[in-house]
Amino acid sequence: MEKLIGEFSVGLFFWQTLLFVTLLFLLKKYAWKPILDAVNEREEGIKKALESAEQAKEEMANMNADNEKLLKEARAERDAMLKEAREIKSKLIGDAKDEAKVEADKLMTQAQAAIESEKKAAIAEIKEQVASLSLDIAEKVIKEALSKDDQQQKLVKNLLDDTTLN
Amino acid sequence: MQGKRLIHLLFGIAFLTASFSAYASDPKKGALTPQDRKTEVSAYVKHHNLDTHDFGLFSYTGADGAHHQIGFPLPVILWADGLHVFSSGALHHGESVVASGDKYFALDTHSYKIYETDASGVLNYDADHHVTNVAPLDFSITKSVFMIMLVSVMLFMIFMGLAKSYAKNQSLPSGVGRFFEPIVLYIRDDIAIPNIGPEKYQRYMPYLLTVFFFIWFLNLFGLTPLGINVTGNIAITTALAVITFLITNFTGTKDYWKHIFDPLGHAMPWVAKLPIYIILVPIEVLGIFIKPFSLLIRLYANMQAGHIVLGSLIGLIYVFQNWLGGTLAFGLSFAISLIELLVALLQAYIFTMLSALYFGFASETHDHAVEHDGEVQHL
Repeated sequence: MEKLIGEFSVGLFFWQTLLFVTLLFLLKKYAWKPILDAVNEREEGIKKALESAEQAKEEMANMNADNEKLLKEARAERDAMLKEAREIKSKLIGDAKDEAKVEADKLMTQAQAAIESEKKAAIAEIKEQVASLSLDIAEKVIKEALSKDDQQQKLVKNLLDDTTLN
Repeated sequence: MQGKRLIHLLFGIAFLTASFSAYASDPKKGALTPQDRKTEVSAYVKHHNLDTHDFGLFSYTGADGAHHQIGFPLPVILWADGLHVFSSGALHHGESVVASGDKYFALDTHSYKIYETDASGVLNYDADHHVTNVAPLDFSITKSVFMIMLVSVMLFMIFMGLAKSYAKNQSLPSGVGRFFEPIVLYIRDDIAIPNIGPEKYQRYMPYLLTVFFFIWFLNLFGLTPLGINVTGNIAITTALAVITFLITNFTGTKDYWKHIFDPLGHAMPWVAKLPIYIILVPIEVLGIFIKPFSLLIRLYANMQAGHIVLGSLIGLIYVFQNWLGGTLAFGLSFAISLIELLVALLQAYIFTMLSALYFGFASETHDHAVEHDGEVQHL
């Protein structure tokens, strides 16, 4: 211990303290602060870059998911549209068929009615013609028959006979 | 088989060493006896570890038997009823008396200290070989101060270069900074943050970094053959420990002081605490001083011991003065040099680590479990 105290030099202690404290402040200002700041900044930069890369990855994944979703939706919509179109088509065809049938039926009835009326008209005409023909014939026959008196007598007699029969 | 061969080899070496030594001790004209050489080596190693007033690079004994020392002088600054400044070259390694103002100064070559003397330069010794002359206050730029300045300039250049290289090189270090940046980061991530905590470590970083590189660089310079022993000097380690002590206690939080003066807190009533505190508080207060004291002694003792061991082993080459003993001593000193290289780093690390630990205690805000764990680990 005595040797240690003997070795202790006040001058050296003084210089060491002075020089060390000066060095400490100089290094603090001109070296440690800029170095640590630069390193921190770099580390922050790396961290941020990694984070943004992660974020970009996430966004990418999200975008992919969105795309997938959109695609699915589009597909579903297409399917729905196709289905609708098919339905419309079948409905249109059905409607057209129905309408055609109705029209056809209507036409048919009209035709039938026309035919019927034509038929009736024809029949009436035929009847008329037959009647006029019969009248003509009857006129001619009567004219012929009634040209003689006896025949007229006979006819009257026959007619009378018939009447009594009724 | 291998082991047996090794033992044979060792025996052979031991035998040869003995026989060579016998030859070597043959009397030659003008040769020193082994005992003389041992004394000389011991004195040389001791001198090597002392702080001197000039920067000696090497010395040799000329053909005429005179000692020549090659180096350069450094300024001597003394305070003895006034300022006395002169070059250490004027002292002539203790052979001359320097007259400055109305005072005379001479160097004691035993302790390498400057004393006031009379005009003839007589130094008076007491029974224990201590000089009884008046010693002036010595503020000389000694070899150690010179080395501190050199290392300070080196550190400043290196780390300002590193700081500037970030701006030029897209915040990446360049040149020698590539080597030092990981060390700076290691001190931040593995010394400061774990011991002090991520919130408060920042204000201690400049000191921790400075003290680490300062001690490491000076330790490494101590391994050069120039006889630089700055970190193995008690005044240097004391100055460093005092700074750690001041920072610790000036940044101490309320919890830190509470831990010292009221370690039990609300665990028991004050009546019960009083008798315990009569013992406990003085121990805690003593602890404040013991912590930095252990720092200064640890660094001093490790570096001093390393220098003595290495110096002695290298001296063994000179003591043996034969091929085998010399070679063995050389191998051994080489191995110890490698270990000292590690110790240089290790002691810088330990000083920084323990400083950070003490700062951690001081800046702690209430987490007693952690505090006690840290203390146990330290003890």
